[in-house]
Amino acid sequence: MKIKRGLLAISVGTLLGGAIYLPLRLQAASEPPSHFVPPPGAGGVVVGLCDGETSIEVPWLKPGQRMTNEQARAVSNSLMSKWRERHPNAEWQMAQAGPNQAMAPAQAAPVQGGVYERLTPREQKIADIETAKFIEEGKEIFHDPGKLGGTIGVSCDMCHPDAANTHPETYPKYQTQLQRVALLRDMINWCIENPVKGKPLSPDDPRLRALEAYIISQRNGAALAYGKH
Amino acid sequence: MPARYKSVETKYMEERDRVLRALRKLDRRTFLQVSAAAAGAVAAKGLVTPHSFQLVEVANAAVDKKWAQTGEKGNPPFTFAYISDTHLYTKALNERFVRGALKAVEDVNALDPQPDFVLFGGDLAQLGRADEMRLGAEILKEVKAPIKIMVGEHDWFLDMGETWQELFGPPSYSFDWKGVHVVTLMSVYEKDFWTARHMSPDERMHTVAGLDNGIQSRFEVGDAGREWLKNDLSKVSTDTPILIFSHSPLYKYYRPWNFWTEDADQVQEILKPYKTVTVIHGHTHQMLSNRIGNISFHGMLSTAWPWPYAPEGLPKLTIEMDRADPFDQFDACGNGRFNVAEGGLVDAVYNLWDRNPVTITYRYLASNGSEGRPPDPKSLSY
Repeated sequence: MKIKRGLLAISVGTLLGGAIYLPLRLQAASEPPSHFVPPPGAGGVVVGLCDGETSIEVPWLKPGQRMTNEQARAVSNSLMSKWRERHPNAEWQMAQAGPNQAMAPAQAAPVQGGVYERLTPREQKIADIETAKFIEEGKEIFHDPGKLGGTIGVSCDMCHPDAANTHPETYPKYQTQLQRVALLRDMINWCIENPVKGKPLSPDDPRLRALEAYIISQRNGAALAYGKH
Repeated sequence: MPARYKSVETKYMEERDRVLRALRKLDRRTFLQVSAAAAGAVAAKGLVTPHSFQLVEVANAAVDKKWAQTGEKGNPPFTFAYISDTHLYTKALNERFVRGALKAVEDVNALDPQPDFVLFGGDLAQLGRADEMRLGAEILKEVKAPIKIMVGEHDWFLDMGETWQELFGPPSYSFDWKGVHVVTLMSVYEKDFWTARHMSPDERMHTVAGLDNGIQSRFEVGDAGREWLKNDLSKVSTDTPILIFSHSPLYKYYRPWNFWTEDADQVQEILKPYKTVTVIHGHTHQMLSNRIGNISFHGMLSTAWPWPYAPEGLPKLTIEMDRADPFDQFDACGNGRFNVAEGGLVDAVYNLWDRNPVTITYRYLASNGSEGRPPDPKSLSY
């Protein structure tokens, strides 16, 4: 009968323990786990790992003191090695998915190339068509004194056929005559005001944006050389 | 001593006689140039008096030796000026181009001595309108020297040359001037591109007025024009120096911008037998020089606006002008003149407004760029 009483005691104890422990555990699971970091013994700062268990003390670090990049790396490396000691068989999953990942591409972690490599062919086609349309708009304005708002019949292509000699790759540069650092749009506006004799366009004006697009497109491939006079 | 051996004294006296006779025949300006050159050479050599009269003769390389020795009257040198590519809008619409044209007229009238004549290089009007052409004629009337006029595409394609011919006569003609045969050649005909597209005359003119639209046909002299040229030149001996005034360059520079004559090769064939040919052309609004075989080519400046250099096809003898400063409305524009020396050898003087003038000599072109190269520009167009 001792054995039976023993078994009964154990089972009751387990149940009671479970009854007390499990709710606590569940409650803990719904809250973010708190990491109990032991107080510093040697007067330094204790740094805890994100597993909630591992921690090391950095004796030379004062509370509130910033570490350099190298020092911080040394601390995290020692934390990591401490964790590996505890879990010698664990496989540490690096943040970037390797080629052995069995996940579908759509759910994969961020790819090396970023978002642009993930345009579908249809999206790429739409992008190209829209860009070409915008550049074509700019080309029409470039060649038309009326669309530029000019009043004396002068258009940009008179001095810049095919947008030659506009060198958009050399902006920003300081223009003494404008007494400021000029961007391409500033020169476009100066030309609209002076040889073309129209009203300068506001930076949001779709005409100005289209003109910029056309001028830059004609200079595709030219190396950037800002400040070149 | 036998007659075939001449003493040093005899040789010296004969040379002296030759040179003094040559000096007498020089006009004032050349004489001054020659004596200045001689004085310079003497000073350079550190001599007090020249020990040979050869310095004087060499300094004036253009003097025909045969003419100096025999005293025969050859082709006297002369100068003519030019005003080109004024692209006038009516005054009410646009004063900028009118101001440029007036500035050129002032320059030419201020030349002293006055040139023999003033060449107008084409593109008097911008959109081929009668009022633009009449405005141009009014402005050109202010020029003191006689005008020799040439037509450009901007004058022609609104009404296919009707108004132009009314005001200024036939687009191709020739005349002789001081031993040089001068031909003004209509070289901006275009094959019909407007009928199939149902273009109105205005639309046709606007298309031709745009440099980079690629819709218009390339310029040509045409079959009839080449026949006329061949005929005209056949009346002249191949030794006679020839001057051709043409609006398009009569060679192939850059097709997309119509800096081009489609039948240039055939025209150059017609010009090949003639020993000294110089083509003077408008349309390109930039300093431009070329030499193909026996033909020298000089482009004229515009009074209205400058063109940048084309991305390819630039003749290698061209000395580029500095790129235009957009903040200076007259920069990279201007006019100029041509000094025609003995034997029809032409030096081109570019009178760039707001810049130093540049001379492209016959010697520079004939030596394929190895002699007499003017200074290179500091800021190229790019």
